Amino acid sequence: MGRYWNEKIECMAREDMKRLQSERLVAQVKHVWDNVPYYRKLMEEKGVAPEDIKGLEDLHKLPFLTKADLRDAYPYGLLAKPLADCVRIQSTSGTTGRRVVAFYTQHDLDLWEDCCARAITAAGGTNEDVCQVCYGYGLFTGGPGLNGGSHKVGCLTLPMSSGNTERQIQFMRDLGSTILCCTPSYAAYIGETLHDMGYGPDDIKLKAGIFGAEPWTEEMRHEIERLLGIKAYDIYGLTETSGPGVSFECEEQTGMHINEDHFIAEIIDPDTGEVLPEGSKGELVFTSITKEAFPLLRYRTRDICVLTRKKCSCGRTLVKMSKPMGRSDDMLIIKGVNVFPSQIESVLLKMSNTTPNYQIVVDRVGSVDTFEIKVELSDEMFSDTIRSVEELEKKISSDIQGILGIRAKISLVEPKSIPRSEGKAVRVIDRRKLH
Amino acid sequence: MTVKQLSVFVENRPGRLSAVTGMLGNAGINIRAISIADTKDFGIMRIIVSDAEKAAAVLKENNCLVTVSSVIAVEIDDKPCGMAKVMDTLYKDNISVEYMYAAFLNVSESTACLILRTDSSERAVEALTEAGYRLLSEEEMKKI
Ligand SMILES: [Zn+2]
Repeated sequence: MGRYWNEKIECMAREDMKRLQSERLVAQVKHVWDNVPYYRKLMEEKGVAPEDIKGLEDLHKLPFLTKADLRDAYPYGLLAKPLADCVRIQSTSGTTGRRVVAFYTQHDLDLWEDCCARAITAAGGTNEDVCQVCYGYGLFTGGPGLNGGSHKVGCLTLPMSSGNTERQIQFMRDLGSTILCCTPSYAAYIGETLHDMGYGPDDIKLKAGIFGAEPWTEEMRHEIERLLGIKAYDIYGLTETSGPGVSFECEEQTGMHINEDHFIAEIIDPDTGEVLPEGSKGELVFTSITKEAFPLLRYRTRDICVLTRKKCSCGRTLVKMSKPMGRSDDMLIIKGVNVFPSQIESVLLKMSNTTPNYQIVVDRVGSVDTFEIKVELSDEMFSDTIRSVEELEKKISSDIQGILGIRAKISLVEPKSIPRSEGKAVRVIDRRKLH
Repeated sequence: MTVKQLSVFVENRPGRLSAVTGMLGNAGINIRAISIADTKDFGIMRIIVSDAEKAAAVLKENNCLVTVSSVIAVEIDDKPCGMAKVMDTLYKDNISVEYMYAAFLNVSESTACLILRTDSSERAVEALTEAGYRLLSEEEMKKI
């Protein structure tokens, strides 16, 4: 087994990839124009016709799609195939507003699973591996996506879904799982539980983990790698764009290679919509170019990141995206300042080997925002004297102020006292929303 | 000679002290000495117990944050100047007391027991022994 799932595509010369993308873009635009009246109307309003899109260089002429469009068009407004040709739906959790429903033909599923197979291969997976998938199954794309990718690679697949952590560890030990797929917060939780059960990295066979579906920091990566004794790889995707596997990390662990034969990535200025040059920080926009049922042209992800074409040591030529520096949906505005939970996480994880469990509590008293960060103390952080605990509190407080420019009240709390969910961690409690 | 002390992080919220001491009681562990240092938001409960190892295990099992350290348990006279004398002994040897508290156990009617944490346990043990003080052992804590 090689290091690539599809070497021809993953290592394709840039010029060839551009040609392939142009060809596929033209066909995708025509497919959308012919079958999606909703988007056709957007194009007409902008005065663009399919003939105007002759290749990659014309991409910027197309109108954007936003999450609001997806909600407006719910459920069938962006569907480009008869329902009879569709075989699956997946959906977002719908925690913010109306849920997003994406449709798939069998061909769409094949391509999606193929993208996940590339990610698993890049993490060192082969048909010799035992792949434990603890993403949620069901409507959430995490479980089905990695499950399908794992099958393609030929791994022995454990479709565990999330939850029942002690059983997860039991299976991991009994069946010798070598690859773990789940959210990073669940990976950290599995790691903690493993240690609580009196085991360590030497008691399991895991070598790699593929973690995504929520933002996480470099520090969290180190923490997971330490707890489980593995290499932790990032994977990216949105339900709207099929699910995980839109981009994936290689052994260099310095960003995620985008599957450019299926998606064209752009970085735009979120305020003006203007396309920014390579290396600029801005909002990530995706255009699908191989979708049948649910093609999205110039979809604004709300994720802020940077694209780079610097040569990668893994040999792949696919463009790399940085870890999203925050999704604008996750951003809190506290006392007028933009706050991303990931910024707070990076401060906390610098305090010795902290267990990354914390919770941001925002409230409003009169017209003033209150900002509290609860932090669970760990063994390494605690010592016998009041003074040392207070010093730690001060250190966190001043580091937070240094990075955010505003003060937060730091409350050190007892271990395991912040409620954990076994899927996604509830990091923010915002009591200001009174509507 | 030193004895083991457990320091437990306790949040300042109703019921925490009752919960923590309850865990020990239910495990058949007797508290021989206790002190609480507190701030607005949290406190550190320091205890000497009949079985330090078991107590630490029970507390950790219940997700408490515990550290174990060594302190000196010294028997002093239960009369005026009993305390002053022992402080003087340490002061003369340039040993500073970081904190201290009284224990519940009295070996005899005329003595009291003091728990001491100094900047140097080794030198404090030496100075106190030389001055004729009796230090209590871990074994003596085990008697409930
Ligand atoms: Zn690479």
